[in-house]
Amino acid sequence: MLKVFLSRLGQAILVMLVVSAVSFVMFRFVGDPVASMSRESATIEEKTELRRSLGLDQPVVVQYGHFLARTLSGDLGISYRNQRPVTQLIAERLPATLELVIVATLLSLALGIPLGVLCALKPNGVAARGVQALSLIGISTPTFVTGIVLILVFAVSLGWLPSFGRGQVIDLGWWSTGFLTASGMTSLLLPGITLALYQLTLIMRLVRAEMIDVLSSDYIRFAKARGLPARYIHFRLALRNALMPVITVTGLQIGSLIAFAIVTETVFQWPGMGLLFIQAVSFADIPVMAAYLLFVGLMFVIINTVVDILYAVVDPRLRARSA
Amino acid sequence: MSTMNLGGIALAVAVGALAGFTAEAKTLRWSSPTDLTTLDPYAHTESFTTSMLHHVFDPLVRHGRNLELEPALAVSWKTVRPDTWRFELRKNVKFHNGNPFTADDVVASITRILDPGSRARGDLVAVDRAEKVDDFTVDIVTKGPYPLLLNDLSGIYIMDKEWMEANGALKPGDVSRGVSTAASTSAVGTGPFKVESFKPEAGTVFVVNPNWWDKPQHNLDRIEFKPIKSDATRVAALLSGELDLIAPAPLQDLQRIGNSSGFKVIEEPSLRLIMLSLSSRPELKTAPGQKNPMLDLRVRQAMWHAIDFEALKKRVMRDKSRNTGTLVAPQVPGFAKDNDQLFGYDQDKAKKLLAEAGYPNGFKTKLNCPNDRYINDEQTCVAIASMWTKIGVQTELQTESRATYFPRRDRGEFDNSMVGWANMPSMDGFATLSSLLAEQKDGYGGSNAGAYSNPKIEELTRKAAVELDEEKRRSMLVDALKEARDTVAYIPVHQQPVAWAMRDGVEIPQFPDEYVRLWFTNIK
Repeated sequence: MLKVFLSRLGQAILVMLVVSAVSFVMFRFVGDPVASMSRESATIEEKTELRRSLGLDQPVVVQYGHFLARTLSGDLGISYRNQRPVTQLIAERLPATLELVIVATLLSLALGIPLGVLCALKPNGVAARGVQALSLIGISTPTFVTGIVLILVFAVSLGWLPSFGRGQVIDLGWWSTGFLTASGMTSLLLPGITLALYQLTLIMRLVRAEMIDVLSSDYIRFAKARGLPARYIHFRLALRNALMPVITVTGLQIGSLIAFAIVTETVFQWPGMGLLFIQAVSFADIPVMAAYLLFVGLMFVIINTVVDILYAVVDPRLRARSA
Repeated sequence: MSTMNLGGIALAVAVGALAGFTAEAKTLRWSSPTDLTTLDPYAHTESFTTSMLHHVFDPLVRHGRNLELEPALAVSWKTVRPDTWRFELRKNVKFHNGNPFTADDVVASITRILDPGSRARGDLVAVDRAEKVDDFTVDIVTKGPYPLLLNDLSGIYIMDKEWMEANGALKPGDVSRGVSTAASTSAVGTGPFKVESFKPEAGTVFVVNPNWWDKPQHNLDRIEFKPIKSDATRVAALLSGELDLIAPAPLQDLQRIGNSSGFKVIEEPSLRLIMLSLSSRPELKTAPGQKNPMLDLRVRQAMWHAIDFEALKKRVMRDKSRNTGTLVAPQVPGFAKDNDQLFGYDQDKAKKLLAEAGYPNGFKTKLNCPNDRYINDEQTCVAIASMWTKIGVQTELQTESRATYFPRRDRGEFDNSMVGWANMPSMDGFATLSSLLAEQKDGYGGSNAGAYSNPKIEELTRKAAVELDEEKRRSMLVDALKEARDTVAYIPVHQQPVAWAMRDGVEIPQFPDEYVRLWFTNIK
């Protein structure tokens, strides 16, 4: 087990190095922060001086070396845009994004699994066909369209839900939460649904396919032959086995939800990390962009590792193999 | 936590009781696509942040109701030597923390902005130092005779020296050395409003400062500012009643908002003037080794005559822009009606001029434009490129994001490019001369990307820079802008519109510099 863990750790470090290097090379194409940092009527001399003082006149390799050395010593630098420590900026935005992702994940699991089971048990029923058709729409509509439509219907026409922001938040230490106020909860609904929609359909389709697969396997047939109750067969035996890939996909999807949240956050002015990243890109705020990409990379690595370990917990066969 | 809540409730009850005597608390909720970058007035160069911080801080002189310069924290001034201005300061002014405002605060503020680490020090580039004469008199020493000192000072907010000392913020934050200060997230000024809370991207709340030195012309108790980046969401939030005002309102939605009952739209041309810079280099980047056709005045005139400005205004700008023939807006010193004559759209004339210049079959060139900086910038350039191509100037268009566009433009990579110029923050036509028209040397010509060069303008720019007689100075600006027009230094396209939308009952004056000045706002 330890050997497995160490080899995973080595891979993780390698992945992080590659992520940081690739993102640093990309920065050459997002632009030059000096243009955003200096006033409109700045002279060429002013801009050159600023570029020099930021170390942007050095080769990319040298800049990357500096960045790596600083990051390893735990310093992510200071935002070019608002001159605040990047770690502080990320810590401020993290709660908003994570709460949104949690809501979206819970929504997609709570709706996706039952709907998937329904479609698998009665594949030709009216309900199943309806759900299947709707899921096609869910999987093919871009997030920003869903978001705008939801805003138009529920905020502008019906006036039930707020169209943007987090509502009132309560600070618990450094964590600001929207879960404890009515306006915070209602504000989570529209962006939560928007973000969950794609994942919901994915989970539903996955559960359906896996269930149909498992239901046609031998041991289910034997269980039926033994006269076990249908409830027991469907939920204790079949669903449990069908959930294996769902755990993997949900885990991996949490990573992409954090990354996908950029669009949802922009549409709903959700003050999370996605919005921070978008701001950083339009300003060419290199320290913030670098930190964000590192963070997302780290999330993926952690999630993948946790999923691997969970696998071993759920499926004893994997445990035996890796030992 | 619970004690804080109790305190909050007690305060709310107290405020409610107070308000009960007069009227209910007046709160204005408004939104714009950008957020405040920072609360530190010297740590940024964005005009939006400057406009927001004007609610919290006061400058020595400010722009009044008609954008004229008027006394603010300084009550009067005179030049004691050509390079020294003496300011009498206003008495009995208090900062939000109760500290009195004195000459020490002015000296500390000016010293702070002139610090090498200060991002905004370019806004006060002509100033050498500030010296205290007595508690309410300050001398500001410039690096030579400098006529625009008051214009520059109108954007320099005065901070509290005691507060800066107590919070280790006497020097500004410095990105290159990795220093950030408390001033980035808290602001203590003398202005009409105080910052109650500042949450980047989520919202900033201001409450009225009852001890403001000036007589308030507004009836607001509280301002809730919430940035919304997405245009569609911002409009939706206004229409759903979650906001009272959005500024700016997206052009494509103006009609819809205006037609909704309970809402109105106000608009006017802004100071920002969009123009095209044409290459004046010996060769075009697209045709190395050949003489640049645009060195011939007739070719430049042809390219101006080729553009159908009326069509641009109607089709691209939805009839909201103002076409112009000169390089500065009417409110800006240096503007002259004689210069502001439209050039006239005439394709035949354009083709004739091209033929006379020796290019009957035209030539190939390129136009570069940003696609996220100015209103409908990309569409404007698409139209212009096709109009040029029609007269034979085969134009290849390239558009890109501002983050890559402006650095490339600065490096001189473009033949022809779009640029918008508002002469902000000085609000004076000299900025057009010094940045766009003068050659790139001695700190001039920072945005002269086409390498335009004209000895007459060089001379006028250097003279106007030190001319303290305002009348003479203005006539120099007018002469230089006439010369620019006669030689087609740039092709002016239009003045961008400023459009705001609000619910009925919000009365707010609009300003061409696009500042939202809520201390002139009344709501019902």
